[in-house]
Amino acid sequence: MTAQQENKERIGVYVCHCGTNIAGTVDVASVRDWAAGRLKDRGVVLARDYKFMCSSLGQELIEKDIKEHGLTRVVVAACSPHLHENTFRTACARAGLNPYLCELASIREQVSWVHTDKAAATAKAKAVLSGAVERVIHNEPLEPLHVPIHEATLVVGGGIAGIQAALEIADAGFPVYLVEREPSIGGHMSQFDKTFPTLDCSACILTPKMVSAGTHPKITLMTWSEVVKVDGYVGNFTVTIKKQARYVTTELCTGCGICQEKCPKKVIDEVYEAGLGYRKAVYIPFPQAVPKFPVIDRPNCTFFQKGTCRACEKLCPTGAIDFNQKDEFVTVEVGNIILATGYDLFDARRIPQYGYGRLANVYTNLEFERLSNAAGPTNGNIVLRDGKTAPKAVGVIHCVGSRDRNYNNYCSAICCMQSLKFAHIVRERTGAQVYNFYIDMRTPAKAYDEFYQRVLEEGTLFVRGRVAEVTDAARLPGEEGKLIIQVEDTLVGKQRRIPVDMVVLSAGMEPRHDAKDVAKLFGISCSSDGWVIEKHPKLDPVATMTEGVFVVGCAQGPKDIPATVAQGAAASARVLGRIQQKEIALEPVRANINQDQCSGCRICNNLCPYNAILFHEDRMVSEVNPALCQGCGTCVAACPAGAISGTGFSDEQILSQIEGLLLLNIDGRKAEVPEAVPA
Amino acid sequence: MTHYLLYPGCSMESSAIAYYDSLMAIRETLGLELEEIHDWNCCGATEYLGINLIPAYTLISRNLALAAQQTNGTRTVVAPCSACYLNLAKANHFMLERPILGVRVNEALAAGGLHYDPGSLQIRHLLDVIINDIGLDAVKSKVVRPLKGLRVAPYLGCMVPRPDYDHRWSNPEYPNELDRLLKALGAEVIDFPLKTHCCGGHMTQIGPATAYELIRRLVHAADQYHADLMVTLCPMCQLNVDAYQGETNKHFKTNYHMPIVFFTQLMGLAFGKDPVELGFGKEFVDTRPALAKIGVEVPPPPAGETPTPPKPKRAKKEGLPMPRMSGEEEEVSS
Repeated sequence: MTAQQENKERIGVYVCHCGTNIAGTVDVASVRDWAAGRLKDRGVVLARDYKFMCSSLGQELIEKDIKEHGLTRVVVAACSPHLHENTFRTACARAGLNPYLCELASIREQVSWVHTDKAAATAKAKAVLSGAVERVIHNEPLEPLHVPIHEATLVVGGGIAGIQAALEIADAGFPVYLVEREPSIGGHMSQFDKTFPTLDCSACILTPKMVSAGTHPKITLMTWSEVVKVDGYVGNFTVTIKKQARYVTTELCTGCGICQEKCPKKVIDEVYEAGLGYRKAVYIPFPQAVPKFPVIDRPNCTFFQKGTCRACEKLCPTGAIDFNQKDEFVTVEVGNIILATGYDLFDARRIPQYGYGRLANVYTNLEFERLSNAAGPTNGNIVLRDGKTAPKAVGVIHCVGSRDRNYNNYCSAICCMQSLKFAHIVRERTGAQVYNFYIDMRTPAKAYDEFYQRVLEEGTLFVRGRVAEVTDAARLPGEEGKLIIQVEDTLVGKQRRIPVDMVVLSAGMEPRHDAKDVAKLFGISCSSDGWVIEKHPKLDPVATMTEGVFVVGCAQGPKDIPATVAQGAAASARVLGRIQQKEIALEPVRANINQDQCSGCRICNNLCPYNAILFHEDRMVSEVNPALCQGCGTCVAACPAGAISGTGFSDEQILSQIEGLLLLNIDGRKAEVPEAVPA
Repeated sequence: MTHYLLYPGCSMESSAIAYYDSLMAIRETLGLELEEIHDWNCCGATEYLGINLIPAYTLISRNLALAAQQTNGTRTVVAPCSACYLNLAKANHFMLERPILGVRVNEALAAGGLHYDPGSLQIRHLLDVIINDIGLDAVKSKVVRPLKGLRVAPYLGCMVPRPDYDHRWSNPEYPNELDRLLKALGAEVIDFPLKTHCCGGHMTQIGPATAYELIRRLVHAADQYHADLMVTLCPMCQLNVDAYQGETNKHFKTNYHMPIVFFTQLMGLAFGKDPVELGFGKEFVDTRPALAKIGVEVPPPPAGETPTPPKPKRAKKEGLPMPRMSGEEEEVSS
């Protein structure tokens, strides 16, 4: 019924070739002629095709037609609206047409790229176009909503990605809240000994940045803290942060470390020392920690568990220990959020045939970083688990848990270079023979392959093949007391058994164990692997589909330090751009409740994922707050009275589009269909 | 419910009679009701599938068809022999995955008036049933003679954990079920690196030198760890390591003495059963010296001492801490 209404609109149709992307599968000229002819009585006054509609010439064509032919509606049959809706809407706006009167028909992603039969694809392109024409008739001119932007930014995660992002924004003069779960910022990078390929000391390049972040007047550092709640929308987020009780009064603490020294309770440090060293129940994770204040690990503290001890309290020279501290909840207002939550290491115990956890001298890469770190548990001496014997032969196994369909299909990106670094360090410090077991060497970035050449020349031996097992079951002479690496050397085509003293497993990166919960908290999505999905993998790698929420570093996928730092800076540039604009235009695609039709049943109130619907007790009706509404349409579908309509997605628009898709709009074919379509 | 259909398989009646006897001896203690499939036949072992697929699958499926007729409230077939278990599971799995195979096999079965719907029965190994249905707590509660001081090497062989069609094992490459069971009995369980390696199978008949080498590796590794005996759940593995150990010693001029028994025999000992009832004394490599360690009444051990090889290097108490393994803590606390 809607499709057959009297239509006075003057519609221009533009069919894009997209080079051969569309024209290769769809007969573009035929679509154009069909639209000009068969859709003429639906208001199409002209139809054109063009090689690249998105080019400036293509856009000018639309602008010229709007002015010369008095077009009141525009339909562009081209790519997905994700890509170029904005381009064509802007072109219309330049010609004086309200941008929301322009509609895109996706005949690339949904037609030419997914079909091979040209005739069928052409027919489908016509149907999709016809749907867009019917829909655009019912489009209404809309005005975007302008809201002010809060100039503060929340950075979640204090690794190198978060530190970089926070510093860039703070240096530009805007406030930043940097939230970190651990007692100190620094992240994984603070655990490393050297960084490839330059072999810079990791701490030497990281510590200055940590100190800057800790002392910057514009950065509010919140360590030992976690974000627990996020409300609001781009420009105006309200974030609740849980500050765990440190049991140390930071105003009084000087960071002298006496508490840590005197604490009688020794605990294996699973985080900073990767399980290879010890810390106390009250501890500063590492000497360069920022902030320098210790925390008391409540589950391990003798006082909290048994009620006696208080050694730290008695011996603290400034009386800074306070066992009565409580967790604190802080609420902050921010305009943008940058997630830099990092990665977890693949748990090598999941591949028991590699022996980690069973065989003493099988180490993970993170353990080896601590082992080789001068500030680590062995002062940088590379030794077996007995704590004193230097290895004579070391095997480094690449791709542990990566590129393996049993665990993770993806490449963890850093392990090849990291394994080469290990080979170099072992040779330099111990002179041991080093074997690297790889599937493919991946050394693509600047100066990486040169480093590989260097390690080759140093005499490290490379065996190409996935290791079958690491065992201590000696079989041949010379294997007694060794770890034997059984591997198929695929370059030679034979099985090898290589006895070594130490095995280092280059375990891959995995999303944080709670990545999905974090994504839910911030209203973004993860891929099936668990990495955060970016807005566009190539052209918008640090934004997410949720406006105002950005993702940087390994939370988005495995990457090395240079790429992580670049992303931190990139996201802050995006945020700064936003802040400078002072306000942001929100898409006017919003739900709207017809107050006369609303029965006050409140079904929509609880369904709204953005808490955008308020209920007026006095009038017993619900109302949508347009600034909070994201236009998801949940309430529209749920309303039993049909009282809610989505601006830009009205029933009229959708039903007309369906009729157009089914070609019910042509030649009076409507008459053949029984009048069962609901209003 | 601990009522199952039992497919014993040929070896349980001959070379592995100790396995059968000990299973029968402990079943009441465990509350296991085992109902033998009437008129079962050979599963074809490892060879027949290599010769002709349809007859081989039909041979296996005849047992499934018979079992399906006999389901007295259970749809689970338990096989203690690993080759039998693998063959039954394999037939069940592939006939479901490739319907045409099921059709062909049923055509053949029809000649004997039989029919089997692929996937309608569950095929499980005895160890899986004991661990997952009866549970280690129940097993522990029945132990009256803990195997304290007995060092055992758990050896599963290759056929039970792999390919793990139904994802029943903790890890198909390095399962821990047998280790956990033996620990529950109070034995000192070594982390046996070759627990899923090959025993040589029927290579003893085809290429003895190959089999001897595979047997040597197993026995050597167990010996290196000072195991008192090896524990298996596979009649083939038991036969090879036990009956061919003498030949292997001759072949390599070694002097290993590594008894190998079935896990059900040790369960019986821990439950306080009589060793003779459990089939001890039928093995080639004498278990008496090992059993003497846990005070099981046996005649005085025979003369002849084996030299002690050097201890392999393992984790020491001092030095750097070992990574914590999942499940370790609960075992300590319980």
